[in-house]
Amino acid sequence: MTKSLVTTVAASALLAGMALADEVRVYNWSDYIDEGLLEKFEEETGIDLIYDVFDSNEVLETKLLAGGSGYDVVVPSGTFLQRQIAAGAFQPLDYDMLPNAENLWDVIQARTETYDPGGAHSINYMWGTTGIGVNVEKVTEVLGPDAPIDSLSLIFEPENMAQLADCGVHFLDAPAEMFPAALAYMGEDPDSHDPDVIAQTEEMFTAIRPYVQKFHSSEYINALANGEICVAFGWSGDILQAGWRAAEAENGVEIAYNAPKEGALMWFDQMAIPADAPNPDAAHVFLNFIMDPENIAAASNYVYYANGNEASKPLLLEDVIGDPAIYPDEATLANLYTTTPYPSRTQRAVTRLWTKIKSGT
Amino acid sequence: MGRRLLIAVPYLWLLALFLIPFLIVLKISLSDPELAIPPYTPTLDWREGWAGFTEFLSQLDFENFVFLTEDDLYWKAYLSSLQIAALSTLLALLVGYPIAYAMARAAPEWRPTLLMLVILPFWTSFLIRVYSWIGILSTEGYLNQFLLGIGVISEPLTILNTNVAVYIGIVYTYLPFMILPIYAALEKLDDSLLEAAEDLGCSRLSAFWLVTVPLSKAGIIAGCFLVFIPALGEFVIPSLLGGSETLMIGKVLWEEFFSNRDWPVASAVAVVLLLILIVPIVLFQRNEQRQREAEG
Repeated sequence: MTKSLVTTVAASALLAGMALADEVRVYNWSDYIDEGLLEKFEEETGIDLIYDVFDSNEVLETKLLAGGSGYDVVVPSGTFLQRQIAAGAFQPLDYDMLPNAENLWDVIQARTETYDPGGAHSINYMWGTTGIGVNVEKVTEVLGPDAPIDSLSLIFEPENMAQLADCGVHFLDAPAEMFPAALAYMGEDPDSHDPDVIAQTEEMFTAIRPYVQKFHSSEYINALANGEICVAFGWSGDILQAGWRAAEAENGVEIAYNAPKEGALMWFDQMAIPADAPNPDAAHVFLNFIMDPENIAAASNYVYYANGNEASKPLLLEDVIGDPAIYPDEATLANLYTTTPYPSRTQRAVTRLWTKIKSGT
Repeated sequence: MGRRLLIAVPYLWLLALFLIPFLIVLKISLSDPELAIPPYTPTLDWREGWAGFTEFLSQLDFENFVFLTEDDLYWKAYLSSLQIAALSTLLALLVGYPIAYAMARAAPEWRPTLLMLVILPFWTSFLIRVYSWIGILSTEGYLNQFLLGIGVISEPLTILNTNVAVYIGIVYTYLPFMILPIYAALEKLDDSLLEAAEDLGCSRLSAFWLVTVPLSKAGIIAGCFLVFIPALGEFVIPSLLGGSETLMIGKVLWEEFFSNRDWPVASAVAVVLLLILIVPIVLFQRNEQRQREAEG
């Protein structure tokens, strides 16, 4: 009995450590794919797919920097990707194995150039903006029909927030998204890396802090959909998904998303292969599968995020491609800003300030 | 020989699962952060032999511990964690003692069943049990619906995302660790001692205070340590049930490790936490030993 147990344990340890050629481990954001695609991938390629999810770039980054994460494909956002490339966390892509890369959208490739020059280490999966989601009925009930739902004044003016507090406001727990928004509202450069400039936002945050129910980066989807909160500052597709979930539940909740008119952060989630991926070949097969216009269109139609695939556009649903909240028009696109990673000293100051804002200490 | 081997087993265990990991953490706490895999420097390179080792040692310093004293965040977080852990322990004792007492007084044929019921929650994942409290405590949750339904309150109570929810979560999670040792102590209690006390003119209440409580002291102390120690470093419960103002050292450690990517400072925070915990652990050990000596 004991002996057979030992053998089993040893065998499974061996299996876990061994790179099986017919297996690919993907680590992606939560609520970020049409799960039907996962089955389709396994059927088409015969490769076993192990799919795990995370809800913060920080968790992914720590796993990557610790080394030996065991994942073959990961999906960091642009700024994090840039830093991780510098740390040597990714292997260069072999474009000979990625014939579908010809479908990529040059506009998005040009914008992601800052993070990953020449797309040497990553391909774009989805991109979106960070903005304001509102429960239309509740917000107009509180602030009247002229409520500034497309302006950062909704969340940064204490008099608005004081009234919204009762119906619930959630903010992202992501300082790298919140400080640029605050700086944009103050008319400063959202991508400022100067700790003194960033510190100027403290007063504004402290004034509205008592009215924020929670800082969290994924709970707001359900909270908005259930009508538990009326305002969330979050990611475009997540808020649109909340609206879609509410519609499906037929609970009468109507959700609207707006990229703030003062400027909105445009971000890119990039698929990359860790330097120590056990199965880089299978990872390339997965990336190529994702860049198939039909597959990435199915993903976008499901998660309500725009993708970086030009050829997928004709296959998108009208309420995805036709929605300026997902595929912004020229005017909105011009109003979007991007950010670059904080150097480590600024990062410490930013995290510390964020803790101070959240906890008062 | 066999006896020595037997003694060596727990020491090997301690060496492999405590001392070596601690030395690794201590080593990292003396390093500097760097953008690399792993994200700190220096790393030990055995290939360079003794010279490499001394070179490595010379690069270590106590800078990160000095840093902890410069920002009041850290000691406030330690203090707040101590407070939350201490109050949770007290609450768990107040709830757990009557349960353990009732179990020990129950008819002997019922005791295994009652014991089973206390252990039963462990069959479900800890995470799921904490998550279920979100469903109970939220403004739209079962507790508020119930209280609104019977008309006790007219506005839903805000419990979730506050320290109150953290206390509920900790007390709920660690309650069995309080009940079991107290039950073990009470079960051994000789009933004739209580009879003697009553014969000698003690009321039932004073017999409880003068006989039962002192005799269950060992169980109370063991229970308190078993709740206090894990509660102090608790991370999951405050992050799921607590609000942003809930300041606990586990969360500060998380921020250092994940948001700042500063493993050296995170390790320094962990080392200090361990030093704080060593005090109650040593007290606990000493108490155990004294107990054993007293029992002969």
